[in-house]
Parts: sequence; structure tokens; C-alpha cells
Amino acid sequence: MELVGLFITSFIVNNIIFMQFLGTCPFLGVSKKIDTAAGMGIAVIFVITLASIITYIIHYAILVTLELEYLQTIVFILIIAALVQFVEMFLKKSAPGLYKALGIFLPLITTNCAVLGVAINNIIYEYTFVESLVYSVGISSGFLLAIVLFAGVRDKVDYADLPESLKGSAISLITAGLMSVAFLGFSGLQL
Amino acid sequence: MNKLKIFKNGVTTENPILVQQVGMCATLAITTSLMNGIGMGVAVIAVLTGSNIVISALRKFIPDEVRIPAFIIVIAAFTTIIDLLMHAYTFELYKALGVFIPLIVVNCIILARAEAFASKNSVMDSIIDGLGMGVGYLVAMILLSSAREILGNGTILGLRILPEAYEPMMMAIQPPGAFILLGLLIGIVNYLSRRKKA
Repeated sequence: MELVGLFITSFIVNNIIFMQFLGTCPFLGVSKKIDTAAGMGIAVIFVITLASIITYIIHYAILVTLELEYLQTIVFILIIAALVQFVEMFLKKSAPGLYKALGIFLPLITTNCAVLGVAINNIIYEYTFVESLVYSVGISSGFLLAIVLFAGVRDKVDYADLPESLKGSAISLITAGLMSVAFLGFSGLQL
Repeated sequence: MNKLKIFKNGVTTENPILVQQVGMCATLAITTSLMNGIGMGVAVIAVLTGSNIVISALRKFIPDEVRIPAFIIVIAAFTTIIDLLMHAYTFELYKALGVFIPLIVVNCIILARAEAFASKNSVMDSIIDGLGMGVGYLVAMILLSSAREILGNGTILGLRILPEAYEPMMMAIQPPGAFILLGLLIGIVNYLSRRKKA
């Protein structure tokens, strides 16, 4: 039950985009069409979950035992960069269909601060292994939800009659702000 | 390119937040008070200038194929230094900025300058570019965070400037306020630059 609560909290209440602002760059960059947004969202779920598992194991098995916690940032970013590269090569060889669908998004994910952010948060919040797994899946599903909803809204905004200066990213940010108001309604939800 | 032009390029023409719109995560998240905004801006200036110096000094030795991982290691090293320094000397600020200090590593602006400028130009020019871009980032942080602190709290740097009777607009320091105010700020910048052109 506690794990369900953790999932809901990380999925909606503390939504990664609207409440924590992690991963805002791809959120604003890759949300012009619903299907590319969904592709990005799925790639992010895949990478965040995998990266959390690996960084968690490496942190406790290697960094803590050798008392090298201060190297956390360097080690984590290298793991993530290598992981993304590896996933890309693996998919290219073994699942060309999936690679075609996710391919272009994968390199972008290395600089997605959500991946590093979740890996670091797992350690800061002192989650157990299972909790960190639930947290990563919840957070990354929240990213998928946010980016797909946002792409849908943006589709409509494109046809709106706007002042010239607000076109482009200005109106996107304001739209995201209004959606964030809706997510604010969930805050304080206790499970 | 002359030095002044490089500096001005970073602050105004290609301001990282207001014009290029990269590295938004930290900008949106930690601008709840002016102090946080300044702290983050200074941390970014330090990392950006440091990594620009090292990368431009090493630009002839780093093989082209592995340049991105090499850049990331240099940036991560500087971020770790700043992280440890802030932990030691400015603990309050360190706690307020939290996870966003290690996340400077993945701030797109730093890798973008390494790739687009420092790996092609001399050390001196790269220092100026790092300072220019960093100051541009700091200026945007100051604008956004002071707007949020004044509207959301009626204070600036903790000093009350709006009368007690002013009812703080809570939304400004909550997440939606960050998105909406940054959107409006970019809108204003677009408006001014269009007027200047016309």
C-alpha cells in the first residue's frame, strides 16, 4: 500500500515537470506533435528506470564501500551517458522497429536532467531498492503524462490568434503554467 | 572577433535563457527568491568559465570522436568542485538549491558553449565567452527571481518593499508562477527586440 502511495505521489502529486521542473528542455522541445511526444515519453521511462537501477547498485556497492560518495555526480553522468549509448546500440541490433521509433530521442536523453535528477533523488531520499524502482517508474510515467497532455494542448494553441511577441516558446511556457495550476490541485493529497 | 563583442553576445544577443532558451530546468525551479537566483547564477558562471578554460586549453589534444564524453567529464569535475565549496561555505544556499547544484552538469548551456565556442577558440576568448554567457544567465535569473519574490512575498532579498497590506500572490512562488512569469518575460524580450528592429 505504501508503494502504491509512493507511485501516485511521484506520478501526479509531485509531477516531475509541473511540480519539480526536471526535464523541462525536452518537454518544451519535443512536444510539437502528440506521437513524437509519446515516443519521447516512452524512451524516457525506459532510460530512467534502467539508469536508476544501475546507479543505485553502483552507488551502494562501489561508492559507499570505497567512501567515494563525493564522486557521485561524475560517476552518475558517465553511467548515464554510457547507458544511453549502449541502449541505442542494443536496440539498433536487436529491435530495429523499436529503434526506429525511439532512435532519434535516445541521444537527447543524456542531457535530460530528469535522468540524473531521479538517480540523485533516489540516493538523497534514502529509498530502498524497491522504493527507488517504484519512484523511477512513477516519475517517468508522470513525464509521459505531462508531455502527451502538453502536446495535445499545443496543437490547439498553434491555431490561436496570438500577439506576435508571444508566439513560440513564450506562449508554450504560459500554457505549461496554466496546466501546472491544475496539477497544483493535487498537492496535499495524502494516500 | 573583438573581446567586447564576444561578451555582449552572451549577455544580450544570444542570452542563454531569454533568447536561446536552454537550461530552463534550474531557472524555473530555484528562482523562488532573489538570493537563490543570484547563488545559482554565480555557480553557473564559475562552472561555465572554468570548463571553457580547460576545454579550450585542451582543444588540440582531445580527439574529435570522444570529445563529448571528455567535455562532460571536465564539466562534471567543475560542478563537483562548486558543489563541495558551496557545501562548505554557503550551507544555507546549498540546502535551498539542493539537487540543482549537481544538475549543473546537464545544464545544456555549458555543454553547448564547450561544443560551439571553447573547442574552436583561444583560451582568452573562451574565458570572455564563458563570463558573457554566465552574466547573461545571471541577469535572466535576477529578473525572474526578483519578480517572483516581489509578487509572491512582497520582499526583495528578505527586505520588505511592498506594504504589509499587500496580499502576497502565492502563485508567483509556486510552480505555475515560474512558468507564467518566464513566459511573460520572454514575451517582453521578444517585443523589445522586434521594436528595436522595426
